Order: sequence, then structure tokens, then C-alpha cells
Amino acid sequence: MNAKTTGIILNGSEIHLKSDSLKELIDSLNLSEARFAVEINREIVPKSEIDNYTLNDTDEVEIVIAVGGG
Amino acid sequence: MEKLVVGSREFSSRLLVGTGKYKDFQETQDAIAASGAEVVTVAIRRTNIGQNKEEPNLLDFLNPEEFIILPNTAGCYSVDDAIRTCNLARELLDGHNLVKLEVLGDEKTLFPNMTQTLEAAKILVEDNFEVMVYCTDDPILCKELDDIGCVSIMPLAAPIGSGLGITNPYNIEIILENSNKPIIVDAGVGTASDATIAMELGCDGVLMNTAIAEAKNPILMASAMRKAIESGREAFLAGRMKKRLYASKSSPADGVIK
Repeated sequence: MNAKTTGIILNGSEIHLKSDSLKELIDSLNLSEARFAVEINREIVPKSEIDNYTLNDTDEVEIVIAVGGG
Repeated sequence: MEKLVVGSREFSSRLLVGTGKYKDFQETQDAIAASGAEVVTVAIRRTNIGQNKEEPNLLDFLNPEEFIILPNTAGCYSVDDAIRTCNLARELLDGHNLVKLEVLGDEKTLFPNMTQTLEAAKILVEDNFEVMVYCTDDPILCKELDDIGCVSIMPLAAPIGSGLGITNPYNIEIILENSNKPIIVDAGVGTASDATIAMELGCDGVLMNTAIAEAKNPILMASAMRKAIESGREAFLAGRMKKRLYASKSSPADGVIK
């Protein structure tokens, strides 16, 4: 039997995750040390809720950082 | 120099700088240090998926404890995108509510879409953001943004990144007359004298990026801009002499040897 995966849209690209934990996704992106912000289905996910947040199929996830700009 | 007061914050420097277009983060950091700026703009962008662990992050070079980070909504062409970007920025910066709103209307000119800018400004002000707003140099629209409750009105002097200088000083003068909020020229400055002209008009500050980042020596230009802003402010406060058509002797007319 195939392991169940969670299919989400991350920053506009469809990806399949082995885990439905948002925390694990963040860790896999090497972002744990950086300043970032997360929006899921157009709602901000506060930092305090990231550790216990469970992703669902078809979730639209945006993860942003600060970059150079004027 | 007296402080620049923007909403609930006070700044010693009247030069606000962007962080785009630099060669690397080290050059960004060095240029900002030379500029003396305290307010530093950043953009909010999707992180690269599969980010390299070693890849440096802009905010490692600009400590948010040391600078006032001013997230912008550059690249947003709709009210919705601008609001989402501001919400993400506020979360990213731990509740910091100062934002630079820009809702663009056109790729080629990067002129703001003012109807959408006004709408977004209203929503953000109601949501307790302190909004510094990039706008056209239309005095009526600037007044409307002021009335909505934006903390600073930031008319363009020329298109973003154009370096054309202060193209319509007369409009800037009218905007200054109409407003009690800080007027900060945002965009269009090309060199030090442009910044001085803006300050001599009575502007409260200047926000720039390309004029420094695209100079052959950005660090030196950043230093020039710091002095230009200070000179222009002092000249404004000093009050310039009246212009006259003909000469007026500086040395006594009497006592010249014959």
C-alpha cells in the first residue's frame, strides 16, 4: 500500500509531502533560523501556531521572506 | 537637526533608503551605513523552494533591532495583493505595523494606480497599519491620502529608477502647502543635487534606492546623499535669499583706491 501523501500548492507550485506537518515543511526548507511568514489559503498562520498546524490536501501555502527592494 | 516624526516613530536621518539592486548584501550593508539612514525598505517575496542552508538572508545583514525595516508592496497591482503583502510583512516582522504601500498601475512607468492605492490605504489604516504611501504628485490625491490617515505621503519626483530628478517642483510645493503629514519624495532622484532640491523645497525627507545602488561607487554616493539631504534641510530652514535680476555689490562701494 502506498504511503498517503499530502498534496499542496507551495508558492504557486504543486508538491506532495510525506508529512502533513507545517513545521516539518518549514524545517525541510531550511527556514527555521530565518525570518519568514506563512499564509495558508489567504490567512496568516501566526508563528505560535506553526508547530501544531496540520496541512490539508489542496492547501495553498505561501511562505515569504524579506529581500532587497526599494 | 530636528527629528523627522512619522506616525508614532522619530528619526534623526531624513534619508530613507532601499535595499534593491546591490551587488551583494555586504555592499547593501556598507552603503546603508554610509548613508546614515535609519529607515530601510525591503520587499516581501516567496522563498525559494529548496533554499540552500548557507544562503544568506537580507535580514542577517540588517538587524531589525538596529534599523526600522519598512516593508514595501512593490510588485503589487491590486488592493488585494497589497493587503496580503502587508499582513505577511507584519507577521514576518513580529507585529511591526509600519509599511510602504505601493499599488502599481503599469509595468513600463511603475506609476501608481491611485484609485487602488486610496482603497488599500483606507483598509490598512483601519487595520492599524501605519501607512507611508507612494503616490503620484497630484496635490488633490495627496490630500485625500492625508485625510484617510496615512502617516506619510510619498509622491514620486519621477518614475521609479529613472534618475530624472525633481520633474515637477511646483506640484511638490503645493503638496507641501496642503499637508501636515511628512512629505517624503519617493522615487526619481538621480544624484545628490536632486535630493538637495527636494529638501530645499521643504520636503521632510527623501526615499531612494537606484540613485545609490546604481552609482559607480554606491558607498561614496550614499555618503554624498547623506550630506545632500542635510544640506538641503539646513538651507530650507535657513531660508534662502531673494533672487534679483541684477547684481548687488558684496563689497563696499566707498573707499576703493583711485
